[in-house]
Amino acid sequence: MTDRTLDKAELTAPRPEQSTPSFDFAYWWDRVGILVVLIALVVLMATIAPNFASIDNLFNIARSIAINAILAAGLTFVILTAGIDLSVGSTLAVSGVVAVLAAIGGLPAPVAVLLGVLAGAAAGLVNGLLTAYLSLAAFIVTLGSMTYLRGLAYTMTDGQPVVDNMLGFRDIGNGYFAGIPVPVVVMAVVYVAAWFVLERTRYGRHVYAVGGNAEAARLAGINVKRVITSVYVIAGACAGLAGVIFAARVVSAQPTAGTSYELDAIAAVVLGGTSLMGGRGRIIGTLIGSVILGVLSTGLILMNVPFFTQLLIKGGVIIFAVAVDSLKQRPLRLGRRTGGAAPAH
Amino acid sequence: MTEPILDITGLNKSFGPVHVLHDVDFAVRAGEVTALVGDNGAGKSTLVKCVAGIYGTDSGRVRFRGEEVHIRGPKDAADLGIEVVYQDLALADNLDIVQNMFLGRERGSAWLLDEANMEQAARETLASLSVRTVKSVRTPVSALSGGQRQTVAIAKSVLWDSKVVLLDEPTAALGVAQTRQVLDLVRRLAEQGLGVVLISHNMADVFEVADRIAVLYLGRMAAEVHTKDVTHGQVVELITAGRSGDIGLARPENAVL
Repeated sequence: MTDRTLDKAELTAPRPEQSTPSFDFAYWWDRVGILVVLIALVVLMATIAPNFASIDNLFNIARSIAINAILAAGLTFVILTAGIDLSVGSTLAVSGVVAVLAAIGGLPAPVAVLLGVLAGAAAGLVNGLLTAYLSLAAFIVTLGSMTYLRGLAYTMTDGQPVVDNMLGFRDIGNGYFAGIPVPVVVMAVVYVAAWFVLERTRYGRHVYAVGGNAEAARLAGINVKRVITSVYVIAGACAGLAGVIFAARVVSAQPTAGTSYELDAIAAVVLGGTSLMGGRGRIIGTLIGSVILGVLSTGLILMNVPFFTQLLIKGGVIIFAVAVDSLKQRPLRLGRRTGGAAPAH
Repeated sequence: MTEPILDITGLNKSFGPVHVLHDVDFAVRAGEVTALVGDNGAGKSTLVKCVAGIYGTDSGRVRFRGEEVHIRGPKDAADLGIEVVYQDLALADNLDIVQNMFLGRERGSAWLLDEANMEQAARETLASLSVRTVKSVRTPVSALSGGQRQTVAIAKSVLWDSKVVLLDEPTAALGVAQTRQVLDLVRRLAEQGLGVVLISHNMADVFEVADRIAVLYLGRMAAEVHTKDVTHGQVVELITAGRSGDIGLARPENAVL
């Protein structure tokens, strides 16, 4: 009802122009709030933890963030379509195993790496096809594939780590490129590519549209099923890439690699402001979310906070961030409910 | 009398054993607003969905600008220049006005959207329809009022050099002032030379903007009349009984589903 009276007022009253300067807290919090949290966190850590701000430590943090950040980048696509992928941790393990076994089998390093990434993409393709074309709930499909893929990783390795000290692609985990750790370079490339795809391409626009209103997207001629399938392939490929980096870093195939990583990745995405309901969020937010989680973990370790307490703090931060995000949106949601979007009957 | 831009003759449509449309004739003329009225279940939405290519038809001929066409899917209809504005609007709340207007038909290459071009075209389209109620074409649709959303949905349909626009209950969820804006917009679409079909339950709206009124009664076209030749009461009678005086179906009591 308020909506209608407002509109009548709009017709008669002179409309304030867009350029009217006024500080809109919600607007700015939406854009830079999470970054402010990150900066505050870094300043806090640098003050309390003596070694935090050293270059070596910052590189270490960046390197440890890279794997979760790459997983989270792929997951952002999925969550933007209102889906979820619980299998990325297990996919990471399978991809690492595939890449290491391929390298041990005598394939050249680049081919082994490619096979690892493709294995991840294939797992994502299966998730995507089941979700999109059989209309199964993504949560259940990927819960199943999480277990299945973990079993596959154990089966392929007989449950034992497969160590290859001569691993041809070990530099992907341990090397430096122009003085920067290679995983960090890979992470940067993944994020630049993901940003470009989501913000500048037709496909990216369709990902947002499918998450916002799948029916509207369908009526606009977008192949919704294909878009949904594709986001799981992207998540799988990112998990594959993360798996290769993980394997390279520990110079072995670990069937237990990435256990529960999917939860950290989801936390990073949500912390970064992407809505689990789909359609709303930015890839840059996911990167900042990953960095916050990474900085928090490393900082708490440097401060000698007991492990149990670390879990309490990390869990609390995630819940706090989501609560802030939800409160921030509340006025808008109420406005919409009373607005003209009501059904006709 | 102008030649209809869209001319449907003898259209039949069944869903399983239910015969929803019986030999329906329906014409849309460029530059005119044709109101499509009828009681619930009369087949209005089905007829629109057949024209839009969402449902296939069992039989019937469709001529578009004098030539016989076969509409086999929504894309065929869109290619001809037939656009539908759905009752539930089909807008993505999370996208802004420009993004919604160009959804599925974005300009620029697949790898690099031409945002400036789309923004410009969206602004021009809104201006050509004298829409002044939206502040910025970059406003997310979630922040718009019901009337503004309807406006965007309608503007979206005319962006495509469309020839025929079908509006399904565009004022059903709106308040007085917003209804006013949308009806003005409907009138302007016709003034721009489009063939406009307005589905509505609201007789006041129909008599205000429609040049012709087509009445569906239990899946049959009871009458297609000039608005100025009939009264409010006659139209209501046609809707509820299929017949009013000497206009309407000859034996409406035989018109069973």
